[in-house]
Amino acid sequence: MANIAQAMRDETATPIQRGLKEALYGGAISFGLFFLFIGLRTDQNISNELILVPRWGLLAIVVGLVMVVRFFYVAYAQPFMARQKIVNVTSGLLPDSVATRFFRLPYFIAALVIAVALLVFAGSLDGIFGPALAGYMRFFRALAIIYALASVLFYFRTFISAHFSALGIGVLVAYPIVVVLVLTLINGSMASGFQGSLKWVDNFGIQILIYVMLAWGLNIVVGLAGLLDLGYVAFYAVGAYAYALLATHLGWSFWILLPVAGIMAAFWGVMLGFPVLRLRGDYLAIVTLAFGEIIRLVLINWREVTNGAAGISGIPKVSFFGLMSFNVSDPNYIAKVLDIAQSGAYYKIFLYYLILGLALLTAFVTIRLRRMPVGRAWEALREDEIACRSLGINTTTTKLTAFATGAMFGGFAGSFFAARQGFVSPESFVFLESAIILAIVVLGGMGSLVGIAVAAAVMIGGTEILREMEFLKVVFGPDFTPELYRMLLFGMAMVIVMLWKPRGFVGSREPTAFLHERKAISSSFTKEGHG
Amino acid sequence: MQYFVQQMVNGLTLGSIYGLIAIGYTMVYGIIGMINFAHGDIFMLGAFVALIVFLILTSLFYSVHVVLFLLVMMVVAMVMTSLYNWTIEKVAYRPLRGSFRLAPLITAIGMSIALSNFVQVTQGPRNKPIPPMVSTVYNVNGISISLKQIIIVVVTVSLLALFWYLVNKTSLGRAQRACEQDRKMAALLGIDVDRTISITFVMGAALAAVAGTLFLMYYGVVAFSDGFVPGVKAFTAAVLGGIGSLPGAMLGGLMIGFIESMWSAYFSIDYKDVAAFSILAIVLIFLPSGILGRPEVEKV
Repeated sequence: MANIAQAMRDETATPIQRGLKEALYGGAISFGLFFLFIGLRTDQNISNELILVPRWGLLAIVVGLVMVVRFFYVAYAQPFMARQKIVNVTSGLLPDSVATRFFRLPYFIAALVIAVALLVFAGSLDGIFGPALAGYMRFFRALAIIYALASVLFYFRTFISAHFSALGIGVLVAYPIVVVLVLTLINGSMASGFQGSLKWVDNFGIQILIYVMLAWGLNIVVGLAGLLDLGYVAFYAVGAYAYALLATHLGWSFWILLPVAGIMAAFWGVMLGFPVLRLRGDYLAIVTLAFGEIIRLVLINWREVTNGAAGISGIPKVSFFGLMSFNVSDPNYIAKVLDIAQSGAYYKIFLYYLILGLALLTAFVTIRLRRMPVGRAWEALREDEIACRSLGINTTTTKLTAFATGAMFGGFAGSFFAARQGFVSPESFVFLESAIILAIVVLGGMGSLVGIAVAAAVMIGGTEILREMEFLKVVFGPDFTPELYRMLLFGMAMVIVMLWKPRGFVGSREPTAFLHERKAISSSFTKEGHG
Repeated sequence: MQYFVQQMVNGLTLGSIYGLIAIGYTMVYGIIGMINFAHGDIFMLGAFVALIVFLILTSLFYSVHVVLFLLVMMVVAMVMTSLYNWTIEKVAYRPLRGSFRLAPLITAIGMSIALSNFVQVTQGPRNKPIPPMVSTVYNVNGISISLKQIIIVVVTVSLLALFWYLVNKTSLGRAQRACEQDRKMAALLGIDVDRTISITFVMGAALAAVAGTLFLMYYGVVAFSDGFVPGVKAFTAAVLGGIGSLPGAMLGGLMIGFIESMWSAYFSIDYKDVAAFSILAIVLIFLPSGILGRPEVEKV
């Protein structure tokens, strides 16, 4: 009864009243949560004893912020979202969507003018506004550019969604060239264009594509075969160490060791697969997690071979199929062969195309395998294992091939990672990496390659871009380091995206087998398997 | 022989802490069937709350009896950590209940990352050492047993007794067991399922907080990243004992504790975690649902 009375009071309360109530409630809870952790800080004094430093001001700000956000969410955002679902009585149409109201031509023109104006006067901003205000102006400029780009995307949305894969591949192929050209135009010289592109191609392009490839590889195990693997990073580690050890000891080329690393990882995939064949669901999850940790612990402790926590350094670079090398001292250094200026950017751009090729290979193989008997068997296994067995599918080999194929791509990505870094250590293969890769697969909508790529770009690119947010120093003071908040925001983003779209970014599936016409269905109808 | 008994004592201490954390995993798994990945970090939060309370107490009172100290730390840690777990359940898990199985797993991993980084951001990344609270060591027939170890075992045993009573003899425990068997039917019979699940999270967090306080007292140091390894081992313990079973969790915790201390005593300390994980894999191959777990029957 109490619940019903409560619900009725909630019905009659206006949104503002409800908002105020919820804000007080949220404020009280957040005060309880943050009182000890934000209000007090443990610090070390000169004699190395822990002391407490109070930060009541910060606590008040955080609690106040929570209350304000909660109030606006309950009082305005919730009723607004509810209204969006109600049809207009007279016209019989749904109200204009938020997007069409947000992206309008006058706004677009204004944003374009602001962006261009601020770009033209970029050099003299400090002089006009002073350094503090100029920081805000740069932030404003970035917002205007993002808005203008988003408007363009929104305007062409039907075209984009119709040709998403082709456009995506086109953008990815053109990306380094565009970055170099734009930076050359801004800085006025080719050399500085290449130099400036390093960060964008390496930190964003290569970093995101490695995760795309890993997530696509894990997708075979989790998304297609429905086997929950929490230790995928182990195969990544096997590939990386295979290349690192064989290349430094035997001096073999990357192009020979790439398939070797893949085969090694696939072998370990089968090794893991055998004992866990009988396990299901969460038991499978914990054993794969344990396997990942075992591999990492062995890498740390088997010092004679792996050099322990110090890792292996001096891993040779990839060569351009033996024709050109990227070592400045070699006679066939690329700048000497092609007779151009020396730059470290060539290697990064080459690596970018290499990982792009490897990732696309993963996608191609996945798409092809889904249409082959083994791929169909994986998906059937995910939907219903008992039905599979009664129809004569050998579940043992099906599971093992899924593990082996997924692991092989992890191994490829690992050897690429070793070649790119020039250094591997067990630090790079912690459980967090497995969790991030799994999160990308699930956030993208398990089984959807496009969704996974989008999720990787959003999650990895989003956290990488935090490193670039220099203007935040203007707001929060000079010793504010946005990198510190990177993983905190990453974790919160995982929670928020999952609450917002529990089925991932792409919530529909294209069947590979169909009777009359290919019709995409909601992914709620596909099962997730239970190991 | 003395050496062996000594290692038994060490293993018992370690196992008690793992067992306390593992109960939180197993209770949550039993009732809603999800792996609460953030539980290890809840344990770490408990240790941090205890640390901060310890610092407040030492700055306020010059000398108080150590038992009183520990008691206050434990109670405050239980309350604060419960509040965290309660909020997390409400915000991150409840909206996804009934959604597909991997969704709450991902939010739990996200919460785990967010919690440990929250502590890193607010309290700093360094190790936080405290002066030893209890330093008495007894010598029984050449085996040294420290007062710390006795406190850990006594606290664990008394908490287990309390929990056994709560789960088996009270209406709350009956509601929990009913929800575990069939949530819909329990709701039809007038059990407030949401409330029961919230209380389960609160209970799990309270035990983890006690484990955190004991961990801080035993090792005298805590850092923001300390949640992961004990968390994974406690989860391993829960699975080893048969997830969903309370005695199984404690048994698994003790087993992991013994394996670890024996392995580091007789073989190599480097590979103690490898040993624990390998034994988990081996046990699961022969007993796919753990030692005390009920085998999963699949209906077609």
